[in-house]
Amino acid sequence: MSGGPAGDSAIVVSDLRKSYRGRPAVAGIDLVIPRGEVFSLLGPNGAGKTTTVEILEGHRRRDSGDVRVLGVDPALGRAAWKARIGIVLQRSDDLTQAGALTVRDWARAMAACFPNSRDPDEVIELVGLADRRNARAAHLSGGQRRRLDVALGIIGRPELLFLDEPTTGFDPEARRRFWDLIADLARSGTTILLTTHYLEEAEHLADRVAVIVDGRIMEVGPPQTLGGRATAAATVRWLSPDGPRSVQTCTPAALVTDLAARFGQDVPGLAVERPSLEEVYLRMIGAPA
Amino acid sequence: MNAAATLVRAPALLAVTRARARVEFLVFIREWISVVFTFIFPVLLLIILGSIFHGQRLPGDVDLAQYFVAGMIGAGLFGVSFQNVAIAIPIERDIGTLKRLAGTPMPRSAYFLGKMLMVAFVALAQNVLLLGIGSAFFGLDLPDTVGRWITYLWVIVLGIASCTMLGIAASGFVRNGRTAPAIMSPIAIVLQFISGVYFVFATLPNWMQTVAAIFPLKWIAQGMRSVFLPDGYQAQEPAGSWELDRVALVLAAWCVLAFLVAVRTFRWRARTDD
Ligand SMILES: Nc1ncnc2c1ncn2[C@@H]1O[C@H](COP(=O)(O)OP(=O)(O)OP(=O)(O)O)[C@@H](O)[C@H]1O
Ligand SMILES: [Mg+2]
Repeated sequence: MSGGPAGDSAIVVSDLRKSYRGRPAVAGIDLVIPRGEVFSLLGPNGAGKTTTVEILEGHRRRDSGDVRVLGVDPALGRAAWKARIGIVLQRSDDLTQAGALTVRDWARAMAACFPNSRDPDEVIELVGLADRRNARAAHLSGGQRRRLDVALGIIGRPELLFLDEPTTGFDPEARRRFWDLIADLARSGTTILLTTHYLEEAEHLADRVAVIVDGRIMEVGPPQTLGGRATAAATVRWLSPDGPRSVQTCTPAALVTDLAARFGQDVPGLAVERPSLEEVYLRMIGAPA
Repeated sequence: MNAAATLVRAPALLAVTRARARVEFLVFIREWISVVFTFIFPVLLLIILGSIFHGQRLPGDVDLAQYFVAGMIGAGLFGVSFQNVAIAIPIERDIGTLKRLAGTPMPRSAYFLGKMLMVAFVALAQNVLLLGIGSAFFGLDLPDTVGRWITYLWVIVLGIASCTMLGIAASGFVRNGRTAPAIMSPIAIVLQFISGVYFVFATLPNWMQTVAAIFPLKWIAQGMRSVFLPDGYQAQEPAGSWELDRVALVLAAWCVLAFLVAVRTFRWRARTDD
């Protein structure tokens, strides 16, 4: 079924395009995501992240372009293919509006849809909702409901997991817990495609990120080197006897060695800062920094 | 992907259908609005109109209240199947329930079977209530022969199947969930008026009888009359008989037709979500 050059790629996209009433939402995207990778899509509101992801999930039609997800064209994906993917949509009004079902009802109902699903209680535990298992979805807080959504997305033991802004509304502890969960899934070989507006989340989780603006990919790479971050000029700060000092340099290691020699002991207040992912990102999407 | 692998990977239809039926049922009973509108309303109507009609005699030794109870059982069935389903599906499409399911390997038929089972369950409960009230207060005679019970059962089964299927087909023509009640409820009310639920069918204008005969409700009500009214009343029907063969034929035809339409028009995602 797989095999061929795309055999070890979870997702292969070439020249993907999609317009809404003549306005391009996705304007020629190319993407190859190997199996087992955690890949994050970054980009401003309306950049085309959801449109792209939902085409890959088989939910939306594309205008043109070649798409293979686990070796299958998602527009033609059948039950056997869907059993291998997990989906967490950006919008999930059903959890609020058909809120009569409890957390456990939801988990049981979704588990029944998959051939080799996880134990509903185990998944509820994983997302930290064990003590809310008998609460109705409508009565959960926004962040708790989002955690339920994530639980439903992984209940079918997907090989490939789509997460569209999964941590919106999570408190910091829930976010850490979610990061651990994603790291565990990744370790067990799950491929993960995630969109997020939290840059520290992308930096923490993703092997590679792509920045999308106006339906085009600006750059793809590991978050540590995106936008030339790793080699860009660094700011070195320390506390001199005359007060705080900061120097911009392309050779921070040399400056630090020099400082260490000068002080003859530890350098007070020493810090070396590269541009943060956020700074690089904002520059890339053309926002005033 | 060959057929055998597909079979292994798709969850067993029976298990998913059971899970879907459970969800449908929980949602139905926990949303009190649906309970009031499709379940309690016919019972209230039965009590109000039954009390008004009680004592008015029809030819063939039948009380108008008896006639009305038989019709109301049919109308209730139409409500819990057609009206209920045709309103619920567009809402489920809007809020993403259907999209969530479409993203799973669930056999699509499990969703529809789940709806049918929920309808059957609710219809059963409603029938027990209507029969109980009808026989206790409005002179309804429960069927006294096995033959009549069998007719009762097959009219209910065919009625549920055809009207649920019709509701599923109709949901494909509704743009969004907000307008669904405003479209479906009048259809159901008009059909009740022209199908011989509130008025004696034989007394309706000919053209109205002709229009009503196209739709399932007229035939369900007629089938119910054959179960609950004395055989002597047959002569008062427009055709001079219960026409049970035609009842079966028309309802079966609606099952097939609505299925064919539904297959073409059913959408799992909102129009704005394409
Ligand atoms: N169903 C639709 N009908 C019309 N236009 C749409 C539709 N869905 C998306 N668009 C348009 O396509 C563009 C991309 O939208 P998309 O939802 O993919 O953005 P996004 O990157 O996911 O944004 P966000 O970060 O806000 O979720 C937007 O300009 C949006 O208005
Ligand atoms: Mg989005």
